Amino acid sequence: MNLKRIFADFTVFRREYLRNKEGFFFALVFPVILILLFGAIFSGSGHNSITVYALNEDRGPLGTSFLQTLNQTGAIRVVSVPSNASFPDYLLKHSYSQGILIPSSFSNSIYSRNEANIILYSNPADSSTQIVSGVVNTVAEGFNLRLSNSSSLISISQKSVNESSPSYIDFLIPGLIGFTVLTSPMFSMVNLSAEYKKSKFFKQLSLTPLTKGEWLTSKILWYVILSLVAFILMTATGTFLFGARVQITPWVFPFIILGSLLFVSLGMLVGTITKSIESAGVIGNIITFPMMFLSGTFFPLSIMPDWLAKLAHIFPLYYIIEGLTSTMVYDNLKSTIFDLAIVAFLCIIISVAAVGAFKWREE
Amino acid sequence: MTEVSSVSERNDLIVQVESLTKSYGQVKAVDGIDLYVKRGEVFSLLGPNGAGKTTTVEILEGLRKADSGKISVLGLDPWRDGYELHKRIGVIPQGFRFFDKSTPREAINYYAELFGKRVNAEHLLKLVDLQDVSNMYFEYLSGGQKQKLGLALAMVNEAEILFLDEPTTGLDPQARRSIWKVIESLKLQGKTVFLTTHYLDEAERLSDKVAIMNHGSIIAYGGPETLVSKYGGSKKLTLEGDEKIYHLLTKTFNLPVIRQNGIIEITLKQSQDLLKIINAIESSGQPYSGLSLKKDTLEDVFITLVGRMKEGELD
Ligand SMILES: Nc1ncnc2c1ncn2[C@@H]1O[C@H](COP(=O)(O)OP(=O)(O)OP(=O)(O)O)[C@@H](O)[C@H]1O
Ligand SMILES: [Mg+2]
Repeated sequence: MNLKRIFADFTVFRREYLRNKEGFFFALVFPVILILLFGAIFSGSGHNSITVYALNEDRGPLGTSFLQTLNQTGAIRVVSVPSNASFPDYLLKHSYSQGILIPSSFSNSIYSRNEANIILYSNPADSSTQIVSGVVNTVAEGFNLRLSNSSSLISISQKSVNESSPSYIDFLIPGLIGFTVLTSPMFSMVNLSAEYKKSKFFKQLSLTPLTKGEWLTSKILWYVILSLVAFILMTATGTFLFGARVQITPWVFPFIILGSLLFVSLGMLVGTITKSIESAGVIGNIITFPMMFLSGTFFPLSIMPDWLAKLAHIFPLYYIIEGLTSTMVYDNLKSTIFDLAIVAFLCIIISVAAVGAFKWREE
Repeated sequence: MTEVSSVSERNDLIVQVESLTKSYGQVKAVDGIDLYVKRGEVFSLLGPNGAGKTTTVEILEGLRKADSGKISVLGLDPWRDGYELHKRIGVIPQGFRFFDKSTPREAINYYAELFGKRVNAEHLLKLVDLQDVSNMYFEYLSGGQKQKLGLALAMVNEAEILFLDEPTTGLDPQARRSIWKVIESLKLQGKTVFLTTHYLDEAERLSDKVAIMNHGSIIAYGGPETLVSKYGGSKKLTLEGDEKIYHLLTKTFNLPVIRQNGIIEITLKQSQDLLKIINAIESSGQPYSGLSLKKDTLEDVFITLVGRMKEGELD
């Protein structure tokens, strides 16, 4: 290993990468777009509040105060809709699955000690229906007690469980870092090594003092840097824009470094053992796509069926993301080290296989 | 091939190949050849497509493993000592390429750093006539400019021997000549050049020794002049004339005469033949024109030898 040669090869490769518009895009813009996209899609449910559309026809003040109380629970976000002829039709037309109608006589009925009726519209298939009706019931109960001048004996202070436990965006950050660590080397190394082999570029490089190991090292170095940049961009965007609460611990770095080493090697391996550029691409995708979706990248494994979640354990990326989550989100050292050990083990196997299969010259 | 005799001459050999074979399945790409290249020589390996030139060259460069045979380049076994050898040879592979988005200047600097050599990129670029495009991406260079860059890169490590596999294929006459100039200057510096080419005029002009290869075997070896006189060496007289002259010539002389498209070609055996023929035509009073004397070139020898082999006349 000669550092000067590694650096020379690194420089050429880096230039080649950044002078390609796609390369630049994937290196710097794509990670940010990803986090913005997924952050925006899911940040609404990040605090787990359910949107309920409300039509308040009450002529008195109590309807408004009821809706405000609902809003203050934190579990429900009340959105007022303009008055219209038929509320159920309105909900249907807009595909809203939760609605609450406060009739015009609401305040009057209460003041005159008659039963006031609130109508809840909901979609039974929607999992949030239960929560909405529960919350509305509780609030109504509270109103009943207060209005009947009895004090409630049991007071429940509503606190969101999510306040102290991680939210979606917190999981998303390690997931997307894993995504970058996987995809940026896999998508380019598979094609590049198959193409270099076909065009005999490897042979040509073998005519210089550059060694296979040096060549591979410079590629790994580059992808480590790309992943670190993506890590910084994503963590910063996630933290400042979406209020993600993740920790940056030193344990993040071995995962990024070993992960890059692993997937650069895997890409090389696929590119060199396949017979053509096309078959390399196909096999590369067969490996990359399932791993990309099933390793807990975009959503937690807990929402997947059991067998699918078990299947994820065969993917190296699963351990990288789990490890990153353990250290960044849970600060769980034991589980972090366990995952790191597995990643290191897989990394050794795959990189040894890649270096072994990778031929500069032909027999 | 049997020109190597004394020990002192042997020490001068930079490339030494004996009974080299290499097969791909049923195809005998190289079928037991012997080759010797002396230090300071420009050696050309000629042959039709698929003759086995690239296979041979790449075995000498240590890029492919021979099936059998004794091979020594600069005293090293190319396959076993490849890494050592590569520092001391310069190569343009057939179909040379570089990173698409790197410029010639960057390419030279890259090679210089890999070889740990201090080179003057400007000087090299000028030598191969690439100053004008020194900052253009490789992907935008023309075929000739790419080959010239290949040549510049092959010179970066100041190798003792350069292997140039078809450095001029597909280039315009101007570009070919500028590559010839570089090869000639390399020769003047005492470098050895191992060239493969399809251009016979190029081989004839540049080489000290040529070997003609066909179907994995070497069918002729020697200096270009020697080969021409050995396998061709004939002079041909051509002129435009009608049937009557043709019949006159066939009757009067015991020499091969052919007439095609109004052109009569007669192969001379001795120098006196020329005078006799012209006298005979003159005294017959028949009209003729376009009289010219043609000497066989290496190309004729090549066509004859490779053609003969195709017909199975050569063993
Ligand atoms: N890697 C390979 N696998 C299979 N066959 C090969 C391989 N390399 C060469 N051959 C075969 O060996 C023979 C010689 O090929 P080679 O490339 O050496 O010819 P060449 O003289 O360089 O031809 P050209 O002038 O077209 O470059 C051909 O029949 C070719 O098909
Ligand atoms: Mg060839």
